[in-house]
Amino acid sequence: MNGNRINISQRRLHFTRRKLLIGGSVTSGLLLTGCEKIGGSATGTSILDTGEKLTYNVQRSLSSRMALAPEFRPDQMSPRFRSNGNTMPASADYATQLAQNFVNWVLRVDGLVDTPLDLSLADLREMPTRSQITAHNCVEGWTAIAKWTGVPLSFILQRANVRSSAKYIVFHCADDFGGTAYYESIDMLDAFHPQTILAWGINDQPLPVKNGAPLRLRVERQLGYKQAKYVMRVEAVDSLKSIGQGKGGFWEDDIDYEWYAGI
Amino acid sequence: MNVSTEPNAERSANPMGGDLVKRHRLSTRLWHWLNAFTIFTMIGSGLMIFNAHPHLYWGQYGANYDGSWLDIGSDGTHGWVRIGPLTIPTTGVFGISTGTDGMPDAHAFPHWITLPGDYDLAKARRWHLFFAWVLMVPWLLYFIWSLLNRHLSRDLAPTRAELAPKHILQDIADHARLRFPTGAAALHHNILQKISYLGVICGLIPLMILSGLTLSPGWVAAWPWLYTLFGGRASARSIHFIGMSLIVAFILIHLIMVVLAGPFNEIRSMITGKFRLPKERGEQQT
Repeated sequence: MNGNRINISQRRLHFTRRKLLIGGSVTSGLLLTGCEKIGGSATGTSILDTGEKLTYNVQRSLSSRMALAPEFRPDQMSPRFRSNGNTMPASADYATQLAQNFVNWVLRVDGLVDTPLDLSLADLREMPTRSQITAHNCVEGWTAIAKWTGVPLSFILQRANVRSSAKYIVFHCADDFGGTAYYESIDMLDAFHPQTILAWGINDQPLPVKNGAPLRLRVERQLGYKQAKYVMRVEAVDSLKSIGQGKGGFWEDDIDYEWYAGI
Repeated sequence: MNVSTEPNAERSANPMGGDLVKRHRLSTRLWHWLNAFTIFTMIGSGLMIFNAHPHLYWGQYGANYDGSWLDIGSDGTHGWVRIGPLTIPTTGVFGISTGTDGMPDAHAFPHWITLPGDYDLAKARRWHLFFAWVLMVPWLLYFIWSLLNRHLSRDLAPTRAELAPKHILQDIADHARLRFPTGAAALHHNILQKISYLGVICGLIPLMILSGLTLSPGWVAAWPWLYTLFGGRASARSIHFIGMSLIVAFILIHLIMVVLAGPFNEIRSMITGKFRLPKERGEQQT
């Protein structure tokens, strides 16, 4: 009688396992297809997009506005810092600047500022510097730690007498993807954050081309794609609508990455 | 919902096999079905995000030049999963599989378990980071509510007797022989259920939330102790993945148990709250 019961249970188990597998994959397939339809629709997209605004507002209100990104010891640095995205801008102008070792290169600071600036690399190096060993947090999931040296963006913005009407700082870059120039933007809170620097050095060396020579942005509380390389121009604006396709950055315009990349 | 209107099974008079009894609270039922959907979107979109960089590392950093402990990859024809020194061929499922267009698709996880199906990191992040809120906020509310209405202490906390090794072994043996509690004994969670439900509510879900937040440069700036807790972003990402695997294991076992214990009765109890107590074994045999 005992053996009989086990037999029944086994048959039942076998039967149900098959049913479960088929039922499970059909259900999950239907659900995933359904989800994809929802996610692709305009309403679905706008619902999902509220997640970004929620995260932005909660992070901004829960955390100290000037909270610092963790900094690391020299022995915690990545042995080799990976480069990503463009590793050599395609423009002829950039090639000329590079051949001249950036001696004639200037950073333009304009837009909603009272004192537009043209700063050479030598000017930038003479300004107050900040060095920080921080993590580069890629949207894809990898992490690399390096030491960055550069001038705090707040110093440049103050020197340019940025107007109170400015809401965002836009970084125009020398590189492009298929002819569309790279750019990024951050709000004024991040622009004046003490760790937000325009870096001209990595790991105690001048920034190499693959990492954004001669100047790149470090905005340490956001993901890697916000860290614009090959920065040529810093523009203060009150709206992002008229820049690029209006979403505040190259990847934001191109494939709908979040503008707020704090998560 | 008022705590006092929730009939407690222990208070109803001597229920026995065959009786229809109140089993699940409204808060439990609502949270269950919300999570059933949420966890599905979280796993699907999370696997798509993993596809963007199908390597896992331990430590503060981890990128292509650093030694990974897990890779899912392919050479364009053969797919594999590598865990430490062990490489498992997974052609057709992991590493390389047939894409939505019928062509070979060299991504770690196949389109039929990712959300969206075709590679789209941006969209997967939108799903993941929206439903992360849907997972986190109701979990917090349910946790607080379950403390207040004593669901945690009365229904889920194991008693000292239940934690005795002999009792646990007995319960494992009963489960292995598919001998499930009947009659009044089926009113209560058994020790394996208690351990798994408590483990998910108090262990796995908070682990997933905290390890997920550790991947966020904004949250880590606000709460630097997250790096201390997990040993860095690369480690947190590994723990997030392992936690996901444990949740998948929980869901599979949970579904198998529902089917074995009687899917109609079990699903009804999670929808209406009413559960028919299984008849005592003697009666079942006759």
